[in-house]
Amino acid sequence: MNDAPPIFSVRNLSKSFGPVQVFSDINLDVTQGEVIGVIGPSGCGKSTLIRCLNMMEIPNGGQIFFRGRPTTANFRGRNGSIGAGELRRKVGMVFQQFNLFPHKTVIENVIEGPVVVLKEPRQEAMERATELLRSVGLADKRNAFPNHLSGGQKQRVAIARALAMRPEVMLFDEVTSALDPELVGEVLNVMRKLAEGGMTMVIVTHEMAFAADVADRVIFLDEGTIAAEGSADAVIHKPTQERLKRFLARFHA
Amino acid sequence: MYSWDFYTVFQSWDLFLYGLWLTFVYSVGSIVLGVIFGLIVCFARLSKVTLFSAAARVYLELFRCMPLLVLVLWFYYALPMLTGMSIENTTAALLALSLYVSAFYAEIFRGGIKAVDSGQHEAGAAIAMSHVQIMWRIILPQAAKKMLPAFINQSVIQVKNTSLASVISVAELSYMGAVVNGDTYRPLESYTLVAVLYFLLLFPLTQVADRVEKKLRLSD
Ligand SMILES: Nc1ncnc2c1ncn2[C@@H]1O[C@H](COP(=O)(O)OP(=O)(O)OP(=O)(O)O)[C@@H](O)[C@H]1O
Ligand SMILES: [Mg+2]
Repeated sequence: MNDAPPIFSVRNLSKSFGPVQVFSDINLDVTQGEVIGVIGPSGCGKSTLIRCLNMMEIPNGGQIFFRGRPTTANFRGRNGSIGAGELRRKVGMVFQQFNLFPHKTVIENVIEGPVVVLKEPRQEAMERATELLRSVGLADKRNAFPNHLSGGQKQRVAIARALAMRPEVMLFDEVTSALDPELVGEVLNVMRKLAEGGMTMVIVTHEMAFAADVADRVIFLDEGTIAAEGSADAVIHKPTQERLKRFLARFHA
Repeated sequence: MYSWDFYTVFQSWDLFLYGLWLTFVYSVGSIVLGVIFGLIVCFARLSKVTLFSAAARVYLELFRCMPLLVLVLWFYYALPMLTGMSIENTTAALLALSLYVSAFYAEIFRGGIKAVDSGQHEAGAAIAMSHVQIMWRIILPQAAKKMLPAFINQSVIQVKNTSLASVISVAELSYMGAVVNGDTYRPLESYTLVAVLYFLLLFPLTQVADRVEKKLRLSD
């Protein structure tokens, strides 16, 4: 078990958009069951980094290994590498803007992946989706359309939709940033429950208290590199770097 | 004072009915073919392969910048000289009408697809759907809703445009109007009847378009 390769091994990863270098030479391991918080100033590349993990962005240099296997941006992998298609079946992602399918009901949103991608029988997928919706507290909304839901409810459906693929790791990109303050808690609670259940998670967030609470490890991304890394306590409560201190000061104020 | 005489032209009701039928056939035929060609051109235009998107652009500009009347004449009189194969007037008319409208449909489809939030594509990709699955199951259903009013509008114009097939003697409604006029020397009645028949054909369609548009506006 301890010899098993990490879920993600990121090696010397770099990414630029045209002439703009977002980050370079990023190294990072995500091991089974670990919850990693990613923090950093706006525009530092947090989204870009976790979007590379499921090949939503194609890195310019370096490598990402999934359970020891190299990944490629092609939908299908070859010669032992994992293609984007297989990778995304195992890596769930939740977005800031929910991105629910507005022409489908809540339960149709949740079963879309299992039925269309995993080819699960519809009935089976429905039963599991109902179970998942119950676990995020939305069993009664299964036949509603997304535009009849609050932001917090939408985001919980989006989490259920990602979980329906039975992912081995979940990526969260500022999933509470678009929510009214009073709706943030219900989404964080779902995520906390997931973390307690042993799910491996990479969470980009501006919720410092939450990160300090659930993350096993926190990464401070700044000026294109991992500028600080360590336990939540060390990074968020006892920062040493000047820039990290100044960044955190904005949240304590 | 002009004395109206619809009785004479009504005696040719079978001609009008046949013309109306052909107008209907050419409308439906060119709209169906136009949708098929339009989808192909639209996807080519959106393709990342430069050859496809460049070819699609040429196609779009060509057919959008040429009068339909000229196209109809060109396909009937000029194309056979280029290919050495004779072409029926019916085929030439259907071809010109279909290709012409396909260019407008392609742009309407493209506009609808572009109007779908890019997050939708990402959400599909995040649950490992392929590009084709995302397009058919996620993007197109939403795009269809957004482009429906423009699509119906273009189709109404298309029904009227079938009248241009009369210049190469396709016996659709307006051609039959001319025929009856030639037989009866009653241009006022002949063409008034033609106009009324076009109106009766299209009025229900525009009403449906208005209804659909109102419904769509309510639903989001
Ligand atoms: N598709 C793109 N094309 C060009 N530049 C991009 C693109 N996506 C991101 N960038 C740029 O890359 C940099 C990093 O963006 P990214 O979204 O990863 O930052 P972030 O840390 O997630 O910021 P935020 O906290 O505001 O979400 C920014 O300067 C951004 O402008
Ligand atoms: Mg971001």
